[in-house]
Amino acid sequence: MKRSVRNKIYDKVFEIIGYTATFFGLIILLYFITDIVYEGWNRIDYDFLTSYTSRKAEKSGIFPAWVGSVWILALTLIISVPIGIASGIYFEEYAKKNKITYMLEVNIANLAGVPSIIYGLLGLEIFGRMFGFGSSILTGSLTLALLILPIIIVSTREALKAVPQSLRDASFALGASKWQTIWLQILPSSMGGVLTGTILALSRAVGETAPLIVIGALAYVPFIPSSPMDEFTVLPMQIFEWTSRPQHEFLINAAAAIIVLLCITFLMNGIAIYLRNKWQKKNQW
Amino acid sequence: MIELILKFSAFVSIGTTMGILYVLLSESIPFFREVSLIDFLTDTQWTPLFTNKHFGILPLITGTLTVTLIALLVAVPLGIIIAVFLSEYASPKFRRSIKPILEILAAIPTVVYGFFALMTVTPILQTIIPGLSGFNALSAGIVMGIMIIPMVSSLSEDAMYAVPKSLREASYAMGANKFQTAFKVVIPAAFSGIIVSIILAIARAIGETMIVAIAAGQQPRFTMDPTVPIQTLTAYIVQVSLGDIQHGSLEYKTIYAAGIMLFAITFLLNSISFYLRKKYQEKYI
Repeated sequence: MKRSVRNKIYDKVFEIIGYTATFFGLIILLYFITDIVYEGWNRIDYDFLTSYTSRKAEKSGIFPAWVGSVWILALTLIISVPIGIASGIYFEEYAKKNKITYMLEVNIANLAGVPSIIYGLLGLEIFGRMFGFGSSILTGSLTLALLILPIIIVSTREALKAVPQSLRDASFALGASKWQTIWLQILPSSMGGVLTGTILALSRAVGETAPLIVIGALAYVPFIPSSPMDEFTVLPMQIFEWTSRPQHEFLINAAAAIIVLLCITFLMNGIAIYLRNKWQKKNQW
Repeated sequence: MIELILKFSAFVSIGTTMGILYVLLSESIPFFREVSLIDFLTDTQWTPLFTNKHFGILPLITGTLTVTLIALLVAVPLGIIIAVFLSEYASPKFRRSIKPILEILAAIPTVVYGFFALMTVTPILQTIIPGLSGFNALSAGIVMGIMIIPMVSSLSEDAMYAVPKSLREASYAMGANKFQTAFKVVIPAAFSGIIVSIILAIARAIGETMIVAIAAGQQPRFTMDPTVPIQTLTAYIVQVSLGDIQHGSLEYKTIYAAGIMLFAITFLLNSISFYLRKKYQEKYI
């Protein structure tokens, strides 16, 4: 066979392998999700969403779990977003290029790679014991806020970096101070990127289980938390608890709860991607 | 004033790192006063919760390594094929639309992957491998591998995409086809970026908790056999956190000893990847 013909065949074959590899993971995921929906779909009804957990699988529900997840989401947002965006602004707009800044950057890159369960140990000891918050929603939110902080900082920086220098120059030329320029010009025009990163980070926080197990979040919560100092459970904890039981009925409950959790995850990711595309179209520098 | 507030936010991340170090050291130093470091690193039994106590970390290390290795065997070949395909073969439009979809694999909460591994993958594997235990490293590793595909593919693809066009054109001018150009020119040129992506994937796999806590079992064993129940560093911390262990007891301190081991390994891997990234970032610019 001529070499040129053989080369063309190689290319074609690799292209097929490439398509297969690209869709391999997605197809398996699709199979998993179909399986879950098949198992759990019929279990989801009004009672399932408004009942407490019970020893009987058919009577159990995810009311405390999803309320706990909403609490955690709200508090984590309140704690992490201002700090994350503020540090992003500091690095991009204020920090001088010196050893200390470099050290801070290395540190953030490293924190982004620290396993989430280590944050759990940190939260248990510092917030739970030292500050005396126990296994409360506040301890959980503070822990998760620290966990997602590096993601928010990095995406804020990326978004700010994309704003062209000319915008800053124009604002300064009109007599605006540095902070006015940042607050009124740069932040609004980078909001798409900042929001996208923040929502993705929060979606990660909603799905986290390991750090909350370590800080002592409960598996069985017979009440609805009414303040940040209350003990709590969240959807992933409830799924884990049901998954570790041998009876098949509880596994069906877990599948149903997974459907709810996946809906939340996909919704948040969808919003993030939508915002990113919208802002990319609007701001073409 | 504003700068000070922003600067303070940026230093929260330094506080986090110091907090992690403080917590891990303050609890594990008393542990190493009671258990010698040599026993800890060389004993092949880990039974701190039994009456006959052994404190050898090796079984947890082999468990962690087995799962990580299996995950890499899945994620690295697939991730690199996807990266080559997207950067060299696929149309820009396909590339742009498939990347966020692939990211979904990494956005699914890990407790959900744990459920998949236990309920879907293990039963399938049991029909292929008779005698496979209900809890095993193989199914946890495979599912974890699927989860980290986008980590490898996304970063490797960025690295390959950054290889200047002139290098490819030179290769085509010599009569090479796409396949030869991709594997003999682009991959070597983007090698450091690919290595970084693999190191980050390793760190992620070592720190992953819920998949192994659910699907790999809770039995520390000094073995690399993927078909039997094992325990990883992270799964051990979960097991102790779920139990009723007195704060301040030696058993309690073991989770910090496991934690510091985990932190040390991931910190080392993250630092190497950060160093490589900084060093090779601007090679072609």
